[in-house]
Order: sequence, then structure tokens, then C-alpha cells
Amino acid sequence: MWDYTDKVKDHFRNPRNVGTIPDADGVGEVGSLACGDALKLTFKLDEKKERIVDAKFQTFGCASAIASSSALTEIIKGMTLEQAAKVTNQDIAEFLGGLPEQKMHCSVMGREALEMAIENYKTGRTERKELEGRVVCTCFGVTENEIERVIRENSLSTVDEVTHYTKAGGGCGGCRGEIAEIIARVRGASVEEEKTKPAKKPLTNIQRIKLIEETIDSEIRPLLQQDGGDIELIDVEGPRVSVSLRGTCARCRMAEFTMKDVVQARLREFVTEDIIVEEVKP
Amino acid sequence: MRNVYLDNNATTSIAPEVLEAMMPYLTELWGNPSSMHTFGGQVHTAIDRAREQVAAIINADPTEIIFTSCGSESDNMAIRGSVETVVGYPHIVTTRVEHAAVLATCQYFEKRGCPTTWLGVDAQGQLNLDELQQSLRHDTAIVSIMWANNETGLMFPIEQIAQIVKAAGKTFHTDTVQTVGKIPIDVRQIPIDMLAISGHKLHAPKGIGATYIRKGTRVNPLILGGHQEFGKRAGTENVPYIVGLGKACELAMKYMEEENTRVLAMRDRLEEGILRSCPDVRVNGDRKNRLPNTTNISFEYIEGESILLMLDDLGVAASSGSACTSGSLEPSHVMRAMGVPFTAAHGSIRFSLSRYNTDDDIDHVIKHIPSIVKRLRELSPFVPSQAK
Repeated sequence: MWDYTDKVKDHFRNPRNVGTIPDADGVGEVGSLACGDALKLTFKLDEKKERIVDAKFQTFGCASAIASSSALTEIIKGMTLEQAAKVTNQDIAEFLGGLPEQKMHCSVMGREALEMAIENYKTGRTERKELEGRVVCTCFGVTENEIERVIRENSLSTVDEVTHYTKAGGGCGGCRGEIAEIIARVRGASVEEEKTKPAKKPLTNIQRIKLIEETIDSEIRPLLQQDGGDIELIDVEGPRVSVSLRGTCARCRMAEFTMKDVVQARLREFVTEDIIVEEVKP
Repeated sequence: MRNVYLDNNATTSIAPEVLEAMMPYLTELWGNPSSMHTFGGQVHTAIDRAREQVAAIINADPTEIIFTSCGSESDNMAIRGSVETVVGYPHIVTTRVEHAAVLATCQYFEKRGCPTTWLGVDAQGQLNLDELQQSLRHDTAIVSIMWANNETGLMFPIEQIAQIVKAAGKTFHTDTVQTVGKIPIDVRQIPIDMLAISGHKLHAPKGIGATYIRKGTRVNPLILGGHQEFGKRAGTENVPYIVGLGKACELAMKYMEEENTRVLAMRDRLEEGILRSCPDVRVNGDRKNRLPNTTNISFEYIEGESILLMLDDLGVAASSGSACTSGSLEPSHVMRAMGVPFTAAHGSIRFSLSRYNTDDDIDHVIKHIPSIVKRLRELSPFVPSQAK
């Protein structure tokens, strides 16, 4: 059973502002039946078209999706459009006293619907901007832009976190490797920006290479050898580790999977989180 | 508040008679059954008796019953134990709608190189037996096909399936965790080589299970290190729980008739009551071939977790195949394999009864469910205006 706060339960049992505003100024619809949750947000502005005087929602989804939508309408009522534009998914989660980690995507859905509704008021658009761009997760239709944004706004550092916040990677799992690369890229950039942040004592180059070698010898090679394969370390350059698969692994259809889910995962576990493994074909 | 427990496919209450039978083995009779002295000897006799009781419910010989820690262990034991008797990478046949204990074990071997056939099901949830027949190969090590589905209660024609597999000379395992105690099973009539039993699905406690292994079936043990359970499962016996499982099987046989009359009638009344009082609902799976205690109903346009929480507020316990309840992001693999549309899969609710339910329980649910559905549909953006 989910560990919902009393506030989540209250907003689920007694949702505020249910319905649609017939002559709404802004309408935002996100999600779909296929995704398992969906939200339609409508709001009405005052006569000067500055302040939100009313907001209503309709939601298909679990208790936290309903509570997040209800919270969203309560938060934005009385706000100016500028204020509303700054509402984040954390604001929604905080209003509810927190959401279970796996349910954070409900708060993100709220923020997306709000943005869509504001955009709809300003431009008449009915599609979200972030739907433009390359789709990374085809199961849930999540784009690179969306993933980058939640990583930045919520300081996410693991693929599971990205899945909790956006659902990306939660279906077939085929895009998990790619999400890891997006995290590495976004986090890499932000690490550059906040150099002052204290980090774990960094490894020297020698230490790092040694640790990579040890991990391959003790954690990775035995696994591959069980299936008649082998692995050779070719080069290490920053976070990029080049390896070559040998034996049956080199011809295996599952090689790509082995690279990401075995080699890269183990190296990230035992050396550093940012490692990106690249295969060098012999 | 009323307490209406309709989630018996998840777990069941411990029958008072079962607890009573177990108590001496949690108090004064604490000996090790392997010991030479009387402390141990009297405990050993209790295990023998339990083995007979478990064997009786499926008409097996007691020496064909191996006690395990749970149904999942029994499934693991059967599949792993068979595959590992073969050198190399044998072929495996299973279905897309198995319990995770079977799915994950087969996926594990598939990942390690064992070619695996995943049989699909039709919209009713049934298998195509021709497809099964054609899937069998010279190197098939095991065919593992569940008898009754935990989510829908749907039963596969296990007798026909077993005969197809045996005609090809292959080992047949069936996950009967949901089936044992609900319908009669006779392994002398049906050529099943292995089956799995779980204690807590039939009013014994959690933490005890059994595997039936037909004499002459080759299975490598999962747990090594002792002579217990005929060398097929090492480890000092969980005596009180074994005694409990034995008693639970004895009781299940006694109540089998009731399960298939009174419990079935309550299930049908619940189902018909819901279908009559709520628009846009559907029953998932073949209604003709089902366990007597299970119904799986989809409420269109609304989501399962929300329904469950509202039922919970009324003291009603059920479960759902929706994504949100499982901690995963997709609806249940069973619903997807049956091609249940997303609109319905996310709103699927399983009610599973037991002999401890009463007519009042059913009345309580039938009375309250229409208002829950109505409330949630008022919130939903997908409801066509005429359905509200």
C-alpha cells in the first residue's frame, strides 16, 4: 500500500475544484488513457486578464494523480499568470506534504498541464512544446526535452528517478541506457557549473584505471566467461571506457544489452556513476 | 467498520484449526525430526502425516511431495531443477500470463541462452493448443503452464495440455498455487510431472509450500546441504508450518464441495450485481472456465488504485491490475497479453472470495460500488457525457 500523507488522502477523498470551466481562458490537457493517467485543467482569468480567478480539473488516474490535480487548482487560484508560470512540480508535491518517490510523475503531470493551459491562453496552442524534439521513451512518449528538464529541476541522478518523475524507461526499458546518457550529459554540465560543491574524494587517473581493471576482472569477466565470452579493456578517457567483447559475446545478438546492463552497470556501481562504456569492434 | 476481505488470491486468513494443529510444534514439540531420540522422532511422525495430507489433496504418493518455503520456490525448483539436469541450453515452453515466479525464472534462462517459447493467449485468455503442439522441440527440457490464472481465475484445459506434452515425451510442470484447494486435482488422472502448492493461498500461513514431483522425474535440487526431503530440498524442516499446510489441505478437501457451490454462487451474485448496477463494466477472461472464487471486472474510464482506496475506506479489500497499484508503470502483463484495451485494463479490479465470506459481504460491495464508480467517473475527463 502506498504511503500517502493525510493531505494526499484528503485531496483524493474530497477533491477541490472538480469539473471544467465552459468559457475557460486556458485549457491544458496532458496524459492519455494508455499512459494510465491524464489531466484536463481549465482556468478563468479576471477581467484584466491578469489573475487566475477560477481553476477546475478532471483527472483519470490514481489517488496521487487526483490529489496532485486538486492541489494544483488550489495553488494557482488567485495567482497572476506570471506567478502561475513559476509553479514547479515540487510546489505541488510540497503542498501535499510530499508524494511517494514512485508517484512524483503525478506532480510533473500537474506542472505540465498548467504550462499547457498558460501556453494555450497565450498562443492558442493545444500541443505542448516539449512534445517537439526527439522521443526517447516510445512506450510513454517522453521526449529528450522533458527528460532533461526534470533532471535539471529535480536534481535527478539515476535512471530510476527519471522513471519515477516522467515514466520514461518504465515500459519495455529499452531506453534506459539512453536516459543514463542524458543524465550524464545534463549532470556533467551542471557539475561544471557548481564546482564548489563538495564531491566524493575524486580518484586519480591511475586509481581510476586500476579500479576499472579490477572491476572487470572480478565482477564482469567471470559472468561473460560463463557464456563462453570475454572482455578486453582498450582505453579509458575521462568517463569514457572503451572495451572490446571477445569469444561468443562478440557475435552475440545481446551484445548491446551486455554492454549497457552488465559492463556499464557494474562499472558504475563499483567505480563512478558517470561511466559511459563504448564498444570497440575488433 | 465492516471488514470484507475479497483478496483471497493474494493471501488467505489462517484457519483456526490450522493454527491449533501448529501450536504444539511451536511450543513443547520442538525437536529436530532428523534426531535419533524421542524429541525428534515424534516430530518426524508429524511431518509424515502432513505429507500424507498434502499428497491426498492431489491424489499423489506421499513420497512425491517435497516441502518448500513457498509457491515461488516450488516454481523455481521445478523449472530450474529441470533445465539444470541438461548440459547446454535446452528449450523451454511457457506462456505470457504466468505468475512472476515462472516468468522471471524462464526469462533468467532465456537471457542465459535457453531458447524460450512464450505462448500468447486470445482475448478470452485462452491458449491455442495447436500452437503449443507446434512449439515442442526435440530439445525441450520443460513445459510450464499454469492451471488457473491468479488475476482472472481463468483455467487452462490442463488435462489436454498435459496429454499433448506427455505425448511428446516432455516434462510438464504446472503452477497450481491458485488451483489447489479450489477444484479437485488428480495427478493419477492427469499426466502432470510437477506442480506447485502455496500454503497461504489455502488458509495455512505464509512461508510454506510444496512441490509435487512425480516419481521418475529428474530434478536437480535448489538447496544443497542435507538429506531432508529425499535429498531434493536440504534444510531442517519448518515443522510447525509443514503441519499447518497438512491440516490446511485436509480442510480444503473437506470444504471443496462448498467452494464449488456456495462460494461460486456468491461470486456469481457479486459479478451479476456489479454488471447490473454499473454501466460500462466488463468481465475479463473466459467466464465459463474459471476458478469458483475469482472475478476480474474492468470499470471503464477510471483507474484501479482509486477504486481500491475508496473500497478500502468501506472496509473492502480487493486488488487491481492497474499500473499504479503494482509499482510498475504498465497495467498487468495478463491484461496486456489478453489485449484488454487500456481503458479497461487500468480500471480492472479482482475480487477473490473464500469460504469465510458471507452473503452480507457480497451485499455490502454491491450496495456501495455504484457510488464509488459514479464519484470517480465524475472526476474523469474520458467519460462520454451520456455515460456519466
